[in-house]
Amino acid sequence: MLNRTIAPPITDPVAFDIHLPACKKYTLSNGIEVFALDMGTEETLMVNWVFYAGNWYETKKAIASATNYLLKNGTSKRSAFEINEHFEYYGAYLNRACYNETSELTLHALNKHINELLPVVAELVQDSVFPQQEIDIYAQNSQQRLKVNLQKSEFVAGRLIDAYLFGENHPYGTYINLEDYAAVQRADVQTFFDKYYRNGRCVIFTAGKLPKDLIESLEKHFGHLPLKGRTAQAETINHPLQPATQKKFEVINDPNGVQSAIRIARPFPNRLHPDFQKVMVLNNVLGGFFGSRLMGNIREDKGYTYGIYSYLMNFTSESGWMISTEAGRDVTAATIKEIYSELQGLRDEEVDEEELMMTRNYMIGSILGDLDGPFQVIGRWKNMILNGVDENYFDRSVHIIKTITARELQELANKYLQPEAFYELVVI
Amino acid sequence: MHEDHSTPMAVLNIMYDVGAKDEDPKRTGFAHLFEHLMFGGSRNIEDFETPLQMAGGENNAYTSNDVTNYYIQLPAENLETAFWLESDRMLSLAFSEKSLEVQRKVVVEEFKEHYINKPYGDAWFKMREMAYKVHPYRWMTIGKELSHIETAKLQDVKDFFFKHYRPVNAILVVGGHVKAEQVRQLAEKWFGDIPAGEKYVRHIPDEPAQKEARREEVRAKVPLDALYKCWHMDNRLDHGYYVADLITEVLGGGGSSRLYQRLVKEKQLFSHIECYHFGTVDKGLLTIEGKLVKGVKMADAENAINEELEKLKQDGISEKELTKIKNKTEATIAFEDMSVLTRANNLAFYELLGDVSLFNSDRDKYFSVTGEDILNYSRKIFNPNNSNTLCYYSEN
Repeated sequence: MLNRTIAPPITDPVAFDIHLPACKKYTLSNGIEVFALDMGTEETLMVNWVFYAGNWYETKKAIASATNYLLKNGTSKRSAFEINEHFEYYGAYLNRACYNETSELTLHALNKHINELLPVVAELVQDSVFPQQEIDIYAQNSQQRLKVNLQKSEFVAGRLIDAYLFGENHPYGTYINLEDYAAVQRADVQTFFDKYYRNGRCVIFTAGKLPKDLIESLEKHFGHLPLKGRTAQAETINHPLQPATQKKFEVINDPNGVQSAIRIARPFPNRLHPDFQKVMVLNNVLGGFFGSRLMGNIREDKGYTYGIYSYLMNFTSESGWMISTEAGRDVTAATIKEIYSELQGLRDEEVDEEELMMTRNYMIGSILGDLDGPFQVIGRWKNMILNGVDENYFDRSVHIIKTITARELQELANKYLQPEAFYELVVI
Repeated sequence: MHEDHSTPMAVLNIMYDVGAKDEDPKRTGFAHLFEHLMFGGSRNIEDFETPLQMAGGENNAYTSNDVTNYYIQLPAENLETAFWLESDRMLSLAFSEKSLEVQRKVVVEEFKEHYINKPYGDAWFKMREMAYKVHPYRWMTIGKELSHIETAKLQDVKDFFFKHYRPVNAILVVGGHVKAEQVRQLAEKWFGDIPAGEKYVRHIPDEPAQKEARREEVRAKVPLDALYKCWHMDNRLDHGYYVADLITEVLGGGGSSRLYQRLVKEKQLFSHIECYHFGTVDKGLLTIEGKLVKGVKMADAENAINEELEKLKQDGISEKELTKIKNKTEATIAFEDMSVLTRANNLAFYELLGDVSLFNSDRDKYFSVTGEDILNYSRKIFNPNNSNTLCYYSEN
């Protein structure tokens, strides 16, 4: 029988020369940039319209998300039903999402139908009318959904930890309460739409096996609208950070809960900070993947949880470093103790060569795997562009993964993984 | 074997022909617990994850009522590492007491996270028991109760492995940036000397046709009343399966679907409603599930659903609706096909169903469904005697 104690030889992924496939940039007549990636074998594409219309710009809670949600709920020519029917008739998906700085519309469609769909997207961003009845249904159903979510400890924990890190009045820390939905006024939505969509700043990302005339079609349907480019002059809105002064919190959401949602997090600078990409590697060692220390210790050795992860938060102007898990209620204290002991381990000792090599190889392999689909590749470009980092960011990131030393990681751990810098929240 | 040189990656997928439906009713949840133990070390490889991560690979697995599937994605250069890892754990596990002890706890936490610590988390435990009286779909993949998982023994693990995890019960698919000849050689080298084992032949009784409507009520600390209804439908290879799949699109697929438009938007009886089925190999359940707007009576909500079903049974669907659901099916397949991993997974599943060429012909079966089929099938399954209803009341 074959001798299976000997592993087959491998090529270390760190030896791979990997690059982000290039995307092309076009500019429409009104200044809107289009970043286009022509890649893939299926006759499909994705078009993503990003507006600077996130909750950063709202003056009343819930207005940005309500406006974004209701973009599909009526124009002067079509009812909500007719809009949905139009996209669904062509087998297309038109999704919307509202974030902090930005909010989006994303279309996934078969190439052959794209010209039936683009004019209707243009209609939505120019001519949405926000019927009162649609607002009422939205408010009622959103409240109901929120009531269900508020019973989940992980949902409550996610809201609170952001509020501790950034302040409840900061766009990154704010959260919507039941009464905020009821207070959404049609006039507020219309004003927000007019300023931040109809006449707003916009950038388009598109990827897939792109039709030859796609840019022409985008020019035809979007190039002459009163939209502005991403870099057009706009008011500067500052939101001061107001982190909580207390560091430890425990909330009983459900007295009969059998698990605790544990969140341990600290503020962290954004992607422009020179430590950010280096800390991405340290984070992987700590809790970024299945082979990480937190997962190895707290799930695979102790069995306290189904999963535990750490990550750098995906915000633009500030970030945070988060450790997140749902653990058995009876092992809450033990889990927290183990988390801090993993932080200490990284401060006290250098990561050994084998573990570091494994982390490097895993990260490179994972990037390589991520680069084989057009939507993932454009996602990386989008992340770079919207976060204002330069085009060498990707290459620099790969370089850091390949070359960062155990010593540098230990220094970073001592700089950032001090327990007193962390907020600690348990929601049962 | 599925070559695709547009990616630098390779995928190795192994599907075992065993799922929760093959479990002893007194030891439910075992197939899924076992899936966890497949990562606890094999005869010659103590640690599955480290060498894979060293090779730049990622992996995961899932268990359903029908199958257990394991997949690895890694840079094509390192394909042999995947063969080494998967073949050693097919040869034999290490059967470590420690791994069993830890994974029992992990699965208990998974159970709590998804089914206990979650509003409405127990609804499907109740629905399955109501709808299935004989067939093992009557329990969830995670298991019927925590105690079944907590009491699993190492001997059970060994027996399960040698009964189900033999080559004769496994389907291997390799895809991505690979060559047929290379795959043939590697497969022969790493899997060729593992004894084929005995084919596991399942004897699962058919669920007898339901003869009368079944109903249950639950009261729990949830914020809103909810209503669950399901009807027995055909198995995966039957024509009726494709018709049922399209019916779920007519009723619940997106913002222009019938239930959403009529019951959420026009009548405002539900704040949320969906229609789906489970894609099971044996006869499954077509389901409508919704949360009621606060203040709406359960009976009114249920009558409104029944009215929509009656309409479908009377008038069928329009040409426009038929075109819509077929266009949507075409797009869904095209987007699914973008990922090598999904393609590899689907190839394995079709082979498990008995014929890998279904990968190509399956889509034609959707496109051949007619409006007449939908009308007739609605009349057949939306029969009150074929229905199971769970009224989930809020105690708050």
